[in-house]
Amino acid sequence: MKVKIVLNGKTREDEINSDQLLIDYVRSHGCYSVKRGCETSNCGLCTVFLDGKPILSCSLLTARADGHRVETLEGLQKEAEEFGAFVADQGAEQCGFCNPGMIMNAIALFRENPDPSEEEIKEYLAGNLCRCSGYEGQLRAIKQFLEYRRRGGESCE
Amino acid sequence: MLKIKEYVKAESLEQAYELNQKKSNCILGGMLWLKMSDRTVQKAIDLSGLGLDTIEETEDSFSIGCMVTLRQLELHPRLNEWTNGAIRDCVKDIVGVQFRNLATIGGSIFGRFGFSDVLTCFLALDTYVELYQSGVIPLEQFVGIKRDRDILVRIIVKKTPVKCVYMTHRNAKTDFPVLACAAALSGQTDNCRGYVVAGARPGRAIRIEIGTEEVMRLRKGAYTKEDLRSLAAGLAKDIPMDSNMRASAEYRSHLAEVLLFRCLSTLQERGGEV
Repeated sequence: MKVKIVLNGKTREDEINSDQLLIDYVRSHGCYSVKRGCETSNCGLCTVFLDGKPILSCSLLTARADGHRVETLEGLQKEAEEFGAFVADQGAEQCGFCNPGMIMNAIALFRENPDPSEEEIKEYLAGNLCRCSGYEGQLRAIKQFLEYRRRGGESCE
Repeated sequence: MLKIKEYVKAESLEQAYELNQKKSNCILGGMLWLKMSDRTVQKAIDLSGLGLDTIEETEDSFSIGCMVTLRQLELHPRLNEWTNGAIRDCVKDIVGVQFRNLATIGGSIFGRFGFSDVLTCFLALDTYVELYQSGVIPLEQFVGIKRDRDILVRIIVKKTPVKCVYMTHRNAKTDFPVLACAAALSGQTDNCRGYVVAGARPGRAIRIEIGTEEVMRLRKGAYTKEDLRSLAAGLAKDIPMDSNMRASAEYRSHLAEVLLFRCLSTLQERGGEV
């Protein structure tokens, strides 16, 4: 079947199989930040935005994205780099495999709730699993990033 | 692994119903549970083009389209105001925001899954389901019916005045519940009824009515802590439990006493006046 999808700002028309999942579609277009971590719709590694909302691309048929806008980390470089630097500064992750999914969902959180409480951060990111960190580093990075933004983009060191 | 031969975006409910009569075809909800299955679907029927993704409030009810996502339920101010936040409480621990942006209420309710938080919570409310072929029936009746080839179109929550509360116990934050409980006082002052609901027993959620006298006492705030504990224990006794990989039946029965006590205490604290 044919689909027309705006992927990272670029309109693409493709012939796809009916049961292709969105994760395989975006990867076939070089968006390798989007990964499978669990196969049970639980880990959040495959997070992409569908019309601006974070979803699990491992659980959505590409057919259902027909006529919609899809964004991956590759299309959000500026936002991702700015926040990602704080994650790196905290040494928040060991292997980094979960990082793209977590950054995507954190960006969704910042857009939806620019000033979240610690509880709200934990609740929003509960669907992003990390097997090596314990989440403390990520949480510190998010708090520091929010503080940085509150100061109008100046370092809080 | 789930295999789909053909994807069909339904143009009408009639078309979807006709296609769905064939056993090898299947309606897509959010596709999260379906994706976990190992089957081959001939035609996957998508209802997402039928405008069934909105929550509409009328004078006497909330009408929730089957394709409304769990996240929409979570964020709907009026629905949550009406239910004392119980709707939000029942979905907030389901995996994560990304999952809830896909999972649909139709999928949750039609599946009548034992583990369903959503089914448990809506059973505590004055809820009806609108089926394409069978019309509107109470959710409590629907829970007992075997899955057939009908289509769940909408979930209707009547605006019967209600006080309600939802609680679960989970082994890990975003896991399926070990036990899900809801309690509600519902109806006008002269015709107030009380219910407790238990889901993830691990069987399908069941609703038990609280006696009239007990409802009156709850509404008056007349229960002491000890009395409430024995009321909860009495109600918990009537809930059949089973064992699975998450917990034993005995543990669930104990949890039911505790969660129902907390639910009833919260109802009483909030003031019994509906």
